[in-house]
Amino acid sequence: MTLPAGTDAVRQSLASFRQEREADWKAFEALLARVEKRAPRTLSEDELLSLPLLYRSALSSLSVARATSLDSALIAYLEALSLRGYFYLYGARRGLRQRVGDFFLRDWPAAIRDLWRETWVSVGLTVIGAIAAYWLVASDSRWYDAIIAPSLAGGRNPNSSAETLRSVLYDSGGGHFLSGFAAYLFTHNTQVAILAFALGFAFAVPSVLIILMNGCMLGALFQVYAAKGLGFELGGWLSIHGTTELFAIALAGAAGMRIGTRIAFPGDLTRMAAAAQAGRVAATAMVGVMVMLLFAGLLEGIGRQTVTSDAVRYAIGGGMLTLWIAYFYLFRMVRHGNG
Amino acid sequence: MATARAPLTLIRPLITPEGVDLRVKLADAGTRAAAFLLDVVIIVAAAIAVTLVVIFGLGGLGVKEAEPLFIVWIIFIFLLRNVYFIAFEAGRRAATPGKRIVGVRVASRSGAGLTIDQVIARNLMREIEVFLPLSIIAARGGAGVADTLSTIFGLVWALLFSLFLLFNRDRLRIGDLLAGTWVVEAPKVKLVEDLAQRQDPVAKRFHFSPAQLDAYGIAELHKLEEVLRRDDYFAMKAVAETIGGKIGAKVEPIDSKAFLTAYYGELRSHLERKLLLGNRKADKFAR
Repeated sequence: MTLPAGTDAVRQSLASFRQEREADWKAFEALLARVEKRAPRTLSEDELLSLPLLYRSALSSLSVARATSLDSALIAYLEALSLRGYFYLYGARRGLRQRVGDFFLRDWPAAIRDLWRETWVSVGLTVIGAIAAYWLVASDSRWYDAIIAPSLAGGRNPNSSAETLRSVLYDSGGGHFLSGFAAYLFTHNTQVAILAFALGFAFAVPSVLIILMNGCMLGALFQVYAAKGLGFELGGWLSIHGTTELFAIALAGAAGMRIGTRIAFPGDLTRMAAAAQAGRVAATAMVGVMVMLLFAGLLEGIGRQTVTSDAVRYAIGGGMLTLWIAYFYLFRMVRHGNG
Repeated sequence: MATARAPLTLIRPLITPEGVDLRVKLADAGTRAAAFLLDVVIIVAAAIAVTLVVIFGLGGLGVKEAEPLFIVWIIFIFLLRNVYFIAFEAGRRAATPGKRIVGVRVASRSGAGLTIDQVIARNLMREIEVFLPLSIIAARGGAGVADTLSTIFGLVWALLFSLFLLFNRDRLRIGDLLAGTWVVEAPKVKLVEDLAQRQDPVAKRFHFSPAQLDAYGIAELHKLEEVLRRDDYFAMKAVAETIGGKIGAKVEPIDSKAFLTAYYGELRSHLERKLLLGNRKADKFAR
């Protein structure tokens, strides 16, 4: 029986395995710690080239250790190190500037185009809601209070005089906290948009309701003004920021509907995979929606109170809408032209 | 309660392009909750600090000049709530400070790199999971119209969503489900000494026969490693007595550590030798 000699030999060879590889592991660990804190730019060319080599060496050590060693602390160390390396190297990180550029040039318009069907439904729902509310308030003015909460109406209701209504449209508010008001509106609208998106997973029902409700409020408000002959003026007041804001909220609803319908009807994919795919498109669209709402908040808080001419208001509102539509739906052709 | 069901494990295969299975471990619910609470504490602390600065700024400057400060405050609070998670998880370590402290990170379920749209999707859903019901309660409470029913409704809503991850195998939040992500453990493990290489003058006195080394398997070896690394005198004494009783060796309590070190070294080389010859002796019951 040569057992003692045999075990000693095994012990020796495994010890030398660790001794020979340990320097590589430590070097990999140190490099990872550096690149996780700072940009890869700070590494020298040699260090950058050695990173994948060291990663593969760690992986191979892990395979060897799993097959031959029973030191669980060593295996745990190598597993953690390899996992860190894997996440770093296969994370496919691009620079921040490149990612932001890609988002505005490609990802955002592509996501919005991908949602075209839901966008039509969403816009349609807004219009239906507006027409329905207009008709309801026209037939019985008590509907107005049911659709728009009195706290939101700000004194505008069917009994207000034309003068009161007109003053809301053209009063600049004395310039107090104008921009603060804009910032507040931005956060409020963003919350509404996030809700329209996030509640969509309940088979799109809440998103549809939120969009319909939004249309109803629009229609009710419009009826009150139109009855006093101020419909055109209200259109200007709303459109300066409203084209951007309503479009953004419609898109948020569309994103929510996409998730809900994909969960209900996953098609060839599993329900989970379909939900994940829809969620990613919708999330990209949502970031874009927030950018749009930021614009709308700026236009509303600054532009609306300082620009009081109807023609200019319509021009700004129409211009913004044209801009968005061109950016989302026509921009693609320009890119194809560039190859 | 002997059921045939296998115990739920949180280990999932992750095959790298090199063909190695890294066996990621999913973070359990307690870790997730701890990380989230840490993040909430950080957000609230930052919000309070900024608010104090703004209040003193308003007091010092008078309302008119303070207007820019007011805007900065509103935007900052909004950013804190909505962008904190997204910005940190889109970073190189894919983890918020809270997640970093407890040693977990977000990863894509497919094993590919985590993309920014996934991070955004999983964090926007947080809005309805936690912040929406709580802010409704807070708003109603602030307006003095919070009744029992709506408070209970809000709390049940928040609980239902935050406990969602307990009801599925992969510990997914609604946000994880929609984004195609999960949260895995990514601890930083230090390389510790190899116990088999430990030089102990007393340990050299102990020698074991093949029969004595056949008494245990790999499972027991790993337990023994744990005990030795913990270095607790009483635990080592108890384990040394048990092993000594089983293999028929007399151990003085004072020599427990040396005895265990020696036995660990011999047992490991014995089992590793078997391993090389193609016999993985899983535990003491295996042949």
